[in-house]
Amino acid sequence: MARQDTIDVRELSVHYHGHLALKNINFSVDKGQLIGVIGPNGAGKSTLIKAILGLERSKGEVSLFGSSVKAFRKQISYVPQRNMIDWDFPVRVKDAVLMGRYAHIPWYRLRSSKKDRRKAEEALDKVGMIEFADRQIGELSGGQQQRVFIARALAQDADVFFLDEPFVGIDIKSEEIIVRLLHQLRDSGKTIFVVHHDLSKVEKYFDHLILLNQELIGAGAVKEIYTPEFLKKAYQGSAAVLDDKDGMVVVSQ
Amino acid sequence: MIEQIISFADQVARYPYLQNALMAAIAVGVICGVIGCYIILRGMALMGDAISHAVLPGVVIAYMLGMNFFIGAVITGVLTALAIGYISQNSRIKEDSAIGIAFTAMFALGVVLITTMRGSSVDLWHILFGNVLAVGRTDFYITAGIGLFVLLAVFVFYRPLLLSTFDETMAKATGLPVKFIHYMLMLLLSLVTVASLQTVGIILVVAMLITPGATAYLLTDRFPVMLGLSALFGVISAVAGLFFSVVYDVSSGASIVLVASALFALAFFFSPKQGLVFRFFRSRTADQSV
Repeated sequence: MARQDTIDVRELSVHYHGHLALKNINFSVDKGQLIGVIGPNGAGKSTLIKAILGLERSKGEVSLFGSSVKAFRKQISYVPQRNMIDWDFPVRVKDAVLMGRYAHIPWYRLRSSKKDRRKAEEALDKVGMIEFADRQIGELSGGQQQRVFIARALAQDADVFFLDEPFVGIDIKSEEIIVRLLHQLRDSGKTIFVVHHDLSKVEKYFDHLILLNQELIGAGAVKEIYTPEFLKKAYQGSAAVLDDKDGMVVVSQ
Repeated sequence: MIEQIISFADQVARYPYLQNALMAAIAVGVICGVIGCYIILRGMALMGDAISHAVLPGVVIAYMLGMNFFIGAVITGVLTALAIGYISQNSRIKEDSAIGIAFTAMFALGVVLITTMRGSSVDLWHILFGNVLAVGRTDFYITAGIGLFVLLAVFVFYRPLLLSTFDETMAKATGLPVKFIHYMLMLLLSLVTVASLQTVGIILVVAMLITPGATAYLLTDRFPVMLGLSALFGVISAVAGLFFSVVYDVSSGASIVLVASALFALAFFFSPKQGLVFRFFRSRTADQSV
């Protein structure tokens, strides 16, 4: 049952060269949530996101607020893993952010409008990168690069965001800026999926968790899912969960 | 040298066949330079080489049937691109191997077809290595027409092409037909190859696609500037190469390619930002300041 105010995934499966990468995933999330997609390496976290976006051949149904992905594309922003990008590409920070506007510029318009460039600038300002606008993207640190790509997603004015491992290999300052921005976006009613593999900050960052290991281990509010039972089930041998009265410590590989 | 330049200019003014050659070479320099930027940034240099070779059987078959050889070339070029995609997506063979298999097969087919027509006026040497001095007025118009079409396509579809080149996943996520764009680019590549046939020949087209673009890539951080510089280097190579070819009576295609390579070598060593020489001095001063 597709509804107007939820993202629903039904019976989603993905096959890779004959073996099952994701098996019968079912969940629903409400609008305006910050959702962590977590699980061990090879659990199919990125695959899940790509399948939801329709970039991966999959079986099952996905509905975003009652419409199909196809009809919803312009309202979806995707931030790839940093290692998917060619950082030597001849593009400056402000050009890269402007690409976020491309979805809204009709093909027959030859130049981007003032409004588009202004939106790109505002987005750059929000991530604290405005003074780097004229740099080539490869001249930035990992955290700065990630912030530029977040700015690109912001510039798109999307309603749903998908971020693939945004915190890998970045500095603390950038991580703080990004987390603060994601919380602001959530508070303004956006729905954000973040693929994440570092378990230590899960409780602080997210509202909702989708815990995966090829099949769905659990989906729900962080409090319900971030428990020793669920984590042990997802990580099996690859994480130790130490639980005592004062809280929980998770050691993952 | 000055005398030779004057004599070259004089010959160009006097002989229409040289004027045709010069204009065709300039057109080829521009379109190869522009399309080449996309080929480089998409990491498709081998694909460029493949499509240019794969055009051969199309040219020969078109000649046998008495058709315009542009049609045959485009058909075999795009078919080869499709075959490469099909092989790499439907087996464990990786794309570079699929390219190696498909284009050599097509090229061999072309060579076999040519040898069946021994004694005809098709000159294998000219198709393989070009002979810009044999460019006629009609050939030039066709080259110019293709050039305009290619430039128009790149101009109109600037944003989708750039986004799908820079970040394919985001391009797909926002709904761009990434596969269609890929095959359109292969189509443009086949057209460019055919347009360059007489100027530089099948074997050396890949140099005109890659070298000017690579030179420009070393000199700028902005994509539109790269497109412009690449076209400029293509034109400089074409004109200077033709000059050397006429003055020293050597192969035109090869001279053009050698000029392009020389420009690349200059940029490789002396580019302000990427050049080896300046990088060496920068790292030395950085060492001293530590």
